[in-house]
Amino acid sequence: MTARPALVIAAGAAVFAALALVPFVADGYGMSLAIAIANYAILATAWALFSGPTRYISLATVAFFGVGAYTVAVLGEVLPWPIVVLAAAVNGTLLAFVVGLSTLRLAGIYFVIFSFGLTELIRQVVTWYEVKVTNTVGRYVFLDTDQSMIYWQLLGLAAILYLTGYLIGRSRLGFALRVIGGDETVARHVGIDTTRAKLMLFVLSALFMTLTGAIMAPRWTYIDPAIAFNPQISFQTVIMALLGGVQRLWGPLLGVIPLTLLFDWLNANFPNHYLLILGIVFMLIVYLLPQGVAGAIGKLSRSRTKPEPETDRKAHSAEARP
Amino acid sequence: MTTLLQVSGLTKRFGGLTAVREAGFTVAAGEVTGLLGPNGSGKTTMMNLISGNLKPDAGTVRLVGKDITGRRPHLIARGGIARTFQLVRVINDMTARENVVAGLAFRDRPLWGQAAANEADRLLERVGLGGRAEAQAAELTYVDQKRLELARALALSPRLLLLDEWLAGLNASELDGGIALIRSLSQEGVTVLMVEHVMSAIRQLCERCVVMNAGAIVAEGETTAVMSDPAVIAAYLGEEDD
Amino acid sequence: MFTNAFLSGLTMGGTYALVAMGLTLQYGVSRIMNLAYGEFVIAACFAALILFTSMGISPLLALLVVAPAGFAVSWLIYRILLTPLVRRAPNRGALEVDSILATFGMLFIVQGIMLALFGGDYSSYSYFNTPVELLGTTIAANRLIVLAVALAVALAAWSFLMHTRSGTAMRAVAVDPVAAGLVAIDVRWAAAAAFALGGAIAATGGVLVSMFLTFNANIGVVFTMKALIVVIMGGVGNIAGALAAGLILGLAESFVATYVDPGLTIAVTYAIFLAVLLLRPNGLFGARAR
Ligand SMILES: Nc1ncnc2c1ncn2[C@@H]1O[C@H](COP(=O)(O)OP(=O)(O)OP(=O)(O)O)[C@@H](O)[C@H]1O
Ligand SMILES: [Mg+2]
Repeated sequence: MTARPALVIAAGAAVFAALALVPFVADGYGMSLAIAIANYAILATAWALFSGPTRYISLATVAFFGVGAYTVAVLGEVLPWPIVVLAAAVNGTLLAFVVGLSTLRLAGIYFVIFSFGLTELIRQVVTWYEVKVTNTVGRYVFLDTDQSMIYWQLLGLAAILYLTGYLIGRSRLGFALRVIGGDETVARHVGIDTTRAKLMLFVLSALFMTLTGAIMAPRWTYIDPAIAFNPQISFQTVIMALLGGVQRLWGPLLGVIPLTLLFDWLNANFPNHYLLILGIVFMLIVYLLPQGVAGAIGKLSRSRTKPEPETDRKAHSAEARP
Repeated sequence: MTTLLQVSGLTKRFGGLTAVREAGFTVAAGEVTGLLGPNGSGKTTMMNLISGNLKPDAGTVRLVGKDITGRRPHLIARGGIARTFQLVRVINDMTARENVVAGLAFRDRPLWGQAAANEADRLLERVGLGGRAEAQAAELTYVDQKRLELARALALSPRLLLLDEWLAGLNASELDGGIALIRSLSQEGVTVLMVEHVMSAIRQLCERCVVMNAGAIVAEGETTAVMSDPAVIAAYLGEEDD
Repeated sequence: MFTNAFLSGLTMGGTYALVAMGLTLQYGVSRIMNLAYGEFVIAACFAALILFTSMGISPLLALLVVAPAGFAVSWLIYRILLTPLVRRAPNRGALEVDSILATFGMLFIVQGIMLALFGGDYSSYSYFNTPVELLGTTIAANRLIVLAVALAVALAAWSFLMHTRSGTAMRAVAVDPVAAGLVAIDVRWAAAAAFALGGAIAATGGVLVSMFLTFNANIGVVFTMKALIVVIMGGVGNIAGALAAGLILGLAESFVATYVDPGLTIAVTYAIFLAVLLLRPNGLFGARAR
């Protein structure tokens, strides 16, 4: 069927080892691109981990990302880094549990809107709290770190994410999610605890988003709720994941790389038409690549190897006799 | 003869409509029981109540004496009740084998990996889909999708198999094959409760029948006796007998 | 203070109700979740602004141009951009996802065009900004005009849906497109017409909003969100529900701003919304199971 696990994991490890060398060859600009790619690679892959099989479109990515970033902004200078990261993970997990438990029974559009509304609510509450209670608008994040450190941490997180995703994809949990995505009623009637499976994946996916926010926080040096909870981050995550394709683990990456480069180029050259072009790209994806790049590749290779499906209705009827 | 399934006082309302009304009947272990009734009489709703897809407003469902009323469907499935759907439901973008593995991987004693694949292939063979294991479910014909659904239900190694008009829409030779398949399952010890409109199939397969009309049970007993019951004839008056 | 909060809440609420009515038509009948809805509201704001400042056309007259334009543009968008999605969608869920994604792209395009044309600054103009004495407080005359027009248009739309053949066809499609098709209703036409009517209502709402609020190219999403909140609170496709929910939301905001903390207004709206979504997913008034 597919390649042997040990082989796949070894190949993945080799790729990541090579990527770890990037800071030794890249200049400042190259590093900032590499960080942007790593950042969105984690967000989009983590997003697809949950939304791919279940087909729930979540716009709450930045809620978790922002919680991670804010935890660092608040605790970063008072506690040692590993404990700060742990605190961020705990916050993100708790939030994901509460959100997941209350929303995963909402269907389709309601989930989309809820996830968006929730993010806005969190942003408003944090803003209000900062203004009223702590009397600040934003916070400074002065941490002893540099681009390479941030990059390596993101890379490590990405490695864990891909490994996790790969193992889940081969596990019963991953299979359960595919069944749920195919037909949730069927899933229940074959014995799948759909709520539990969805919740586990949702929390896991949120955990990676939170950690990304925590790692990225020191890059800004200054953050306020509008930066940390910028809905644009959720939107871009969705676009990238969908462009790449959410049915495969490596799919989102195929969207992240070209779009990060494109956005960067647009921002540098057409800062005033950024949104317009973003919108056009989005429309093109929806109309031309409904399954994403990965889906298009998959379809191409499948149509080359697979024979036409059998359509003769009676061909097998005699075999039904025992 | 031991009672496998016991339904009593079961009631389900949808808004103002009472789809199932204080219904009670039993299914004996090892038998094939027919669930009949005109369109809209509440048969599918009854299946949904037994399998946990709907929660009843009143009444109880017992499986070998144990109360399973209102339990969540995945627990009921693991407890040994498998079902097919009136409108066939397969996972379109999975292969036939994967569809059956879905039934194996989450049951009480789950199978996974190579063991699951082997067992899935055996079950596919059993329902007449041998050699179609790699086909996408969406590409299968209607009959084959029905067979696939049955294989998936069997994968749960159920104590009770609920079939909702599984024979509907088959042509004459397919129907014979289907009837023979259900009979052989029964001979292997699977208890079956089947909703069916095809009277010839009921006569051939069912030892006992339960008849519903407008949500209530109007008759229950041996098939031949039930068929001549005036209440049943009244319920079907104007309905075509196959 | 109370009357003031009440009156301005009523004005906001009337506008919300009107704007939400268009969205509930688009979503309920045409099955398109239009995330670019608010951008069309803002586009109408800018249209009214230009007509007023450069040609001296009063916003109320501008309605006669802008609302039909909203109808025409929405009709074209439905026919050209959305019909392919409707055709290819195997089921309602797939159409929902596709339409979310497509209108999401549209959101950026419309917003991008407005940014390119008008920049990101806030704009407003002054029309009938004379204070009026009412119920013991003073309120700007334009707010009262807005409230009156919003309620008039909302009632007109409502009676159109309730008492005309076309309106009845749209309601039938909202309940069950398949059955509607069986009784010889042209479902495609009804869906396109409802989407276009929704666009016309959005445009009307935009013109009214421009009379008393400052706006910029970025705030469309606020109107989309509020319209969505009202639609979901009122129950999808429920016109009377949208009217009531809009007024409730406007009043709640106004009272929170007056008596609690202006900084919490938006937070409170979202909190109300999330609570409704969790506790009554069919809407405050939509007890009917479908
Ligand atoms: N989810 C539901 N919501 C509202 N009403 C329902 C629902 N499911 C079923 N009903 C109604 O309950 C009644 C019984 O329906 P049910 O599907 O159980 O009948 P049935 O006996 O299976 O009919 P058929 O032979 O046509 O399959 C019908 O009037 C149906 O319209
Ligand atoms: Mg039925």
